[in-house]
Amino acid sequence: MSELTACEKLELIRHKNRPTVNDYIPAIFTRFMEFHGDRLYGDDAAIIGGIGYLSDTPVTVLAQVKGRTLEENKKTNFSMPHPEGYRKALRLAKQAEKFRRPVICLVDTPGAFCGIEAEKRGQGEAIARNLYEFMTLKTPVISVILGEGGSGGALALAVCDELAMLENALYSVISPRGAASILWKDGTREKDACEVLKITAEDLMRFGVCDKIIPEPEGGAHVSKEQTADSIYEYLVDAVYRFRQADIDTLLANRYQKFRKIGMFTE
Amino acid sequence: MAIEDLFKVVKARFVDEQPAQTAEKDVEIPQDLLFKCPRCGGVVYNEEFVRAMKVCPKCGYHARLTWKERLDLTADKGSFREFDADMKSLNPIGFPKYEEKIARMQQQCDMNDAIVTGECTIRGYRCVIGIMDSHFMMASMGSVVGEKITRAFEYAAEHKLPVVMFTASGGARMQEGIISLMQMAKTSGAVKLHSDAGGLYIAVMTDPTTGGVTASFASLGDIIIAEPKVLIGFAGRRVIQDTIRQRLPDDFQSAEFQQNCGFADMIVERGMMRKRISNILKLHGFPKEVTGR
Repeated sequence: MSELTACEKLELIRHKNRPTVNDYIPAIFTRFMEFHGDRLYGDDAAIIGGIGYLSDTPVTVLAQVKGRTLEENKKTNFSMPHPEGYRKALRLAKQAEKFRRPVICLVDTPGAFCGIEAEKRGQGEAIARNLYEFMTLKTPVISVILGEGGSGGALALAVCDELAMLENALYSVISPRGAASILWKDGTREKDACEVLKITAEDLMRFGVCDKIIPEPEGGAHVSKEQTADSIYEYLVDAVYRFRQADIDTLLANRYQKFRKIGMFTE
Repeated sequence: MAIEDLFKVVKARFVDEQPAQTAEKDVEIPQDLLFKCPRCGGVVYNEEFVRAMKVCPKCGYHARLTWKERLDLTADKGSFREFDADMKSLNPIGFPKYEEKIARMQQQCDMNDAIVTGECTIRGYRCVIGIMDSHFMMASMGSVVGEKITRAFEYAAEHKLPVVMFTASGGARMQEGIISLMQMAKTSGAVKLHSDAGGLYIAVMTDPTTGGVTASFASLGDIIIAEPKVLIGFAGRRVIQDTIRQRLPDDFQSAEFQQNCGFADMIVERGMMRKRISNILKLHGFPKEVTGR
């Protein structure tokens, strides 16, 4: 496994050829069909939702969509969801629960969108509702962080039974740039902030936040999309198999404990 | 005026960071004698301001309280029993100078972290209460805040008690890195557990309720009350302004804005809060205890 620093990883996940869910979904799932809309306000292209087969198991897929071109990114808002994106995800997760399909979340976002409309429609409430509902969703939930796991915007799709991260993916409470501007009043020092924040997959394994690291090809995921997709596929097939064995009460008790136990304090 | 200059003027108007709610003119104000409202800029005698329960008499802004002030205004005298008073933060990600900062805050605020939780009666109605204090690191949520809230909800679920949570926060505590992000999931899970057990949860949003706290337990109340004129939102005003390059309306992210958008059930003035909360508890069939002021 590579020994890259957090800031080298940051460069890797921002590589212009870094695969996105548009590469992974067709490579991992068969007969995927997309479902649109939150039934409340609209359809957010920053989160794709739908159903398909993982091997021969029907699953629900919820995925944050980074574009590779400016055109794509305009459409998907650089993978920064609005409340309707999170509400669509919740709607489809509830549907998955009803039809006993495991839910696969593919996380790749700098964060939830910050704007007037997002506030008006309750960005905070939308994220909170997902945390609340996913905690007791009566079907297995597996989340994989593909690149950027940006704060609450990522967590809204990461209350799960098991969290995996691609080897070079990062998961952070605040963007390194944001941290730098608060810490040193200087957003350009994001590289320093990167190291301070402890945001690599290895760091997060140590904190008990990340459960599995999925290897990337030497040089990063973009070197071989196929190989990376294969690794994710193998991981998912195994994880879904394992979690489908558990009875629902045990599954939910373990999910609650997974988050319940995180925190460091004395008393 | 050349056309480019015209655009410059317009651009300056939109791009400029305009703290619309603070008409800062840096008047020297003797501490403890006068209160200058951060919302309307009005100046009143501190004595008058304190007598009005720290509500600006000019614009009605409900200013920030310490946890003790809030407790005194809310709980029946002598009814409060604190939970987890000795719980203290560690430094999970080895953040530079975090321990020093915490120690300084503990001394300044007379509390171990940004929230006090416990059990009390409000006009005779027993409940679990949580009070966040924005004077302590802007009441950001790290391990201690997350754990205390979680335990409070678990205790309330077990003892079939309602929870009244006074929220105030700048969001997740950056100094605890990913651990603080996880507190959002943990506290939301505890609210769910309490709710599934049939528990009543009243969230009272006070100044300021923002970031990861808005995006977790604060927004999950069965009933959400806000104090007048307080700031409630997800993203910071400045972040939004930097993203969209537009001037934001003055009332943006106010309690009134949130009620109009559908995210607060009611706005209740400080002087009426105790009565309103106890009425809600009564309406849900909780028994009144004989003692209490």
